[in-house]
Amino acid sequence: MPAATQAPAPPRRRQEPRAPTGRRRRPGDLWPYLLIAPAVAGGVFLLLYPLLRAATISFQRFRMGELIRGGAELAGLDNYRELLAAEEFWTVTLRTFAWTAVNVVLIVGISTAVALMLARLGRRMRVALMSALALVWATPVIAATTIFQWLFQSELGVVNWLLVGLGLDSFQGYSWFADGRAMFGVLVALVVWQSVPFAALTLYAGLTTIPAELYESARIDGGTGRQIFTRVTFPILRPMFALITSLEVIWVFKCFPQIWVLSQGGPGNATTTLPVYAFKVARVLHRYDLGSAVAMLTVAVLAVALVGNLRRMLRQEGAES
Amino acid sequence: MRAGGIALNAAAAAVLVVMIFPVYWMFATAFKPAAEIQAETPSLWPAHPTLEHFAAAVGADGFWTFWRNSLAVTGAAVLLALAVSLLSAFAVARMRWRGRGAFIVMVFAAQMAPWEALLVPMFIIARDTELLDSLAMLTGVYFMITLPFTIVTLRGFLAAIPVEVEEAALVDGCTRPAAFRRVVFPLLAPGLMATSLFGFITAWNEFAFVNVLIIKDQDKRTLPVWLSSFRDVFGTDWGATMAAATLFALPVLLVFLFLQRRVGAGMITGAVKG
Repeated sequence: MPAATQAPAPPRRRQEPRAPTGRRRRPGDLWPYLLIAPAVAGGVFLLLYPLLRAATISFQRFRMGELIRGGAELAGLDNYRELLAAEEFWTVTLRTFAWTAVNVVLIVGISTAVALMLARLGRRMRVALMSALALVWATPVIAATTIFQWLFQSELGVVNWLLVGLGLDSFQGYSWFADGRAMFGVLVALVVWQSVPFAALTLYAGLTTIPAELYESARIDGGTGRQIFTRVTFPILRPMFALITSLEVIWVFKCFPQIWVLSQGGPGNATTTLPVYAFKVARVLHRYDLGSAVAMLTVAVLAVALVGNLRRMLRQEGAES
Repeated sequence: MRAGGIALNAAAAAVLVVMIFPVYWMFATAFKPAAEIQAETPSLWPAHPTLEHFAAAVGADGFWTFWRNSLAVTGAAVLLALAVSLLSAFAVARMRWRGRGAFIVMVFAAQMAPWEALLVPMFIIARDTELLDSLAMLTGVYFMITLPFTIVTLRGFLAAIPVEVEEAALVDGCTRPAAFRRVVFPLLAPGLMATSLFGFITAWNEFAFVNVLIIKDQDKRTLPVWLSSFRDVFGTDWGATMAAATLFALPVLLVFLFLQRRVGAGMITGAVKG
């Protein structure tokens, strides 16, 4: 998570271990390992073990019976073979990529516009807009999800009332949650609404680090607004755009609670993305083996984005120390 | 004001309204009497504000139980994560040892762990160890979700405290633990506070795992699951539902605004979303 990269930059002076030079083996040598032991134990039992367990189950025959009786048998690549042969899996995968693309493009586009807007606003309006963004950012996911259910209600929902008021009479009593595309749209609206504040505020923070002289000289040289953005702003903020985009890709791709609460992947399967699919296959159909295989494939896809992020974190770490 | 300025401000106002409206609508609905909520033309604000929906939400079956569960699980997980990461952060920030680099890489990697992919194995592990429907299991998961972030942040705060302060205490005759307790710890207190509040927000909001791990024993549920099942609780009583959402969101909003003022936006970046 990005907070890691933004912890306050401390004076990097590491203390050498105190040196009681008399003894050959210093008792202090064991201390660091004792100190990290609880954290390592936590990681092994609560993160590594479940991950390995999921990997194992994905290579086993593990259904309702095995869940109750135990004694799952190895099944080799059967689950993966079954999965890759199923048309539904490919539909879901394609849908997940489309879902990710639509959301991320909207989030990054809108956030950039909002960030540029923030940089040009007067002080009072800027503070007002930033506070509004912070408020949205802080709203818990499940609270936001419940609010959107209310906003898009067919009978008393304020969205339909507004659309009818704008002359779109077909939205009278329109049921957003019954149609696949409409449901998809509501989910996109929800996720974009929740994600824009973080991206916009981060980009704005980046914008403020660009010296005003750069803009001035670009303007004196006759640059238009668009040229200044593509030739000055964007190249300087490129690393930040990369960071935001990759974080949003990860978050949107693995997004689960919003979809599960609003639609459970429905109506039909219209809003089932990979994480929802994995969960549905496992818990509803009791195909724990197949669900684990889906989860492992999800991890594999995410790993590509995650490794890039990890490298960025480590580069920063290297630059600091 | 020039024309461009007016257009800009108008656009900003439009963005502001669109962003804030859903949150506002939650508050407004929670305070409206039922007749206003069901009116053909919705009113922009509650003409006759009422607290009846809050009474209905608080009076709903089990509200206080879920509230207590949420608080207990969140509090225990955050305190545990704080204690464990304080040890690790100290080792990373103040000591040199073999494997330190590897440990940092592991912490960073754990910070990006694909938790959504672990729902099924966690369910199976909990079932095998008879920890389904147990708040202990949930606490363990939340502890692990918040741990990596807590280590990284605390290390940052710890490294920002000059070693000289600690050395001076040692020179003055303090033992190492005493130097830590009397000198470093007070300086670290704001950092501990900020870090634990981030952890609090993450654990308070968590939905997926409690949804998977608490299945039969409804009394062990936490607020997010309770809120997500509002149809079973309130039917179509949107006033009560929005009041419940408000009660659930309020602690987080308060903590967040407090933190933003104290710590600045950069720090909050990862803690809340993820």
